[in-house]
Amino acid sequence: MSISPKIYLDYAATTPVDPRVLDSMLPYFQEMYGNPSSVHTFGQQAEAALEESRESMARSLNCRPDEIIFTGCGTESDNLALRGATLAEKQRRGARHILISPVEHHAVSHTAQQLAEYYGFELEMLPVDGNGQVNPADVQRRIRPSTALVSVIFGNNEIGTVNSIPEIGLICREREVLFHTDAVQAAAHLRMDIQALHVDLFAIGAHKFYGPKGVGALFIRKGVRLVPAQTGGGHESGLRAGTQNVPYIVGMAKALELAQLETQARSSKTQPLRDRIIGTVLEEIPNARLTGHSDRRLSNHASFVLQGVNGNTLLMMLDSAGFACSSGSACKTGNPEPSEVLTAMGLTRDWALGSLRVTLGHQTQPGEVDQFLQVLPRIVDRVRQLS
Amino acid sequence: MNNPQNVVVAMSGGVDSSVAAALLVRQGYRVTGMMLRLWSETGQEESNRCCTPDAMAQARRVSARLGIPFYAIDAKDTFRSKVVQYFLDGYEKGITPNPCLVCNRHIRWGFLMQHAREFGADFLATGHYARLRSTETGQQELLTGIDANKDQSYVLSGLSQAQLSRSMFPVGAYQKSEIREIARETGLSVAERADSQDLCFVGDRNIRRFLSEHAPQVQQPGPIRTRNGETLGQHHGLAFYTIGQRKGLGVAAPEPLYVLEKDITQNTLIVGHAEELGRSSLTADSVNWVSGAAPDKPFRAQIKIRYKAEYAWGELSPVGEDRFRVEFDQPLRDITPGQMVVVYLGEVCLGGGIIAA
Repeated sequence: MSISPKIYLDYAATTPVDPRVLDSMLPYFQEMYGNPSSVHTFGQQAEAALEESRESMARSLNCRPDEIIFTGCGTESDNLALRGATLAEKQRRGARHILISPVEHHAVSHTAQQLAEYYGFELEMLPVDGNGQVNPADVQRRIRPSTALVSVIFGNNEIGTVNSIPEIGLICREREVLFHTDAVQAAAHLRMDIQALHVDLFAIGAHKFYGPKGVGALFIRKGVRLVPAQTGGGHESGLRAGTQNVPYIVGMAKALELAQLETQARSSKTQPLRDRIIGTVLEEIPNARLTGHSDRRLSNHASFVLQGVNGNTLLMMLDSAGFACSSGSACKTGNPEPSEVLTAMGLTRDWALGSLRVTLGHQTQPGEVDQFLQVLPRIVDRVRQLS
Repeated sequence: MNNPQNVVVAMSGGVDSSVAAALLVRQGYRVTGMMLRLWSETGQEESNRCCTPDAMAQARRVSARLGIPFYAIDAKDTFRSKVVQYFLDGYEKGITPNPCLVCNRHIRWGFLMQHAREFGADFLATGHYARLRSTETGQQELLTGIDANKDQSYVLSGLSQAQLSRSMFPVGAYQKSEIREIARETGLSVAERADSQDLCFVGDRNIRRFLSEHAPQVQQPGPIRTRNGETLGQHHGLAFYTIGQRKGLGVAAPEPLYVLEKDITQNTLIVGHAEELGRSSLTADSVNWVSGAAPDKPFRAQIKIRYKAEYAWGELSPVGEDRFRVEFDQPLRDITPGQMVVVYLGEVCLGGGIIAA
């Protein structure tokens, strides 16, 4: 039962808006509320804010401002990338093959499945190793002349593993095949230099890095042609029609700037705490395994599978003890299906149903982690007795 | 309350359990809502009537409105192995099983109560129309709900002292109309699931199809005979008939025929005329006495042989701890093996068992 103040350990799900971000947004609700497409000065003010945000994001990511498209969220960016690129490539050169990893976020995998089911594409899954990592050599082997798009997640939301995006990018570039990466998690934790990544498409969502929910962006390398996902008034270079959400875009640009400036400072806080969590769990809880790469993983991300534990029950018990965590297989409807990501890594149902994800923020206090680690073994024990 | 007690409310999204939660919040308890995810047959996974996505969304909304946490708990595997299996086994034995009884005993007051206890709850509350009363010796008596039309003590008669002492039935002290009124005052939806005779896990398909897929062996055709041994036709499998059934026999006769009996050993359906129907005694097994002990001598009691049946007076003779026999004052037409028989004296529910014969 809820007694103590809650401790939030689910920063991979979402983050609170940074006060500096909120401040940057506020003028655009009631003072500079114009429509950026309007001719008058109200509109010009809003347009200036919009374009300054684009320039700021381009600086943060080391790309050109006209390579940034604003969207409604990370998922929308992934949708636009997948659908837009594959349909354009199909029309341009008859490409019909899509190559993705089996550990993609549903924003990518479900879009790819739709393309296979309704648009005649052949969807192929890359293999991953036991850490959920794609071997670039496998991309090299499986890419075909008819491949329309390769998509590999940058930093995995469920297991924290970071993929070798630059290597995969180079392979795709040599083979002249478009390459997309879902960087929704990674952009919050890694320094991003688009030029060094060799990507053609790159999706982010603001609320993972202390920006507001409901806004995202897609980098589209100059010269890459996409079929628009949403048609209408020609906003965002005709790729995403609809009046831009100016205050949220301003907030996203500010949040990304801060995330990229403070990457080092933030991870120097979260990483030691993350390592303490991983060490303690593996040491003190029997039949527990780390999921994802032990080293090449997001700096705030600890994820486990606990054999014979019902992940949903564990989350409920933790919540009641005051700790908000997550689990790969769990959703709020309590339906335990082993996660596709964990299954792809070769985990059996008995293990995969007991997943636990603990993700930290740069404001997470060492004392909070201590409290968490004190109660976790006991709660896991109780949940095991219930199953 | 300085140190409020913790109560988990089993929520269905309907008005009764919603108001149960609201009443407990009002009374100062620290309340948590929980909902079980139950099994439904393949292809209908989202359609178990007790936990549709709609019902869950509704329970979630109610919880948010009341400011209480809400969790869904998965009970599919245990529901499948305990309740659905019991149902299939029952048909195989030729009885008409009552899965709701088993669900209450093993799932709600077993699995869910165990989770609630581990969760730190002192009590498990539900939206049933029934009441509890503590006796001087600290025993819990199970009473009928104030609203006689809504009384649900019948389905709770299998609960033990240990279970009842950790249970709460907040709506049992109210009329249904008052519950609706409280719901309105509190701004809760007064939505109600349609009362249905269907089984929650069969989805929108009929039982015959369910059985033919999950227990094909119950579909053994056999003869339909009279008590005199005269063969009148063929039945499709004993499972598909209930005692007292008149329609759907597929037998032409000058006077209406009723199912009198199912002879499992001969796979024969025995039919006869209305005056042959009706029995004035039954025996029950798997009996639960709410007090924890069987009465030590025969007594006159009011008996219910179905959830919605009238009370029928009879002389009840306990046979050991977990069986009894009843001689009714008047014959009853639809004594159905497999169904629950529940014993009352006035407003007190003394216990119940399963009709054996």
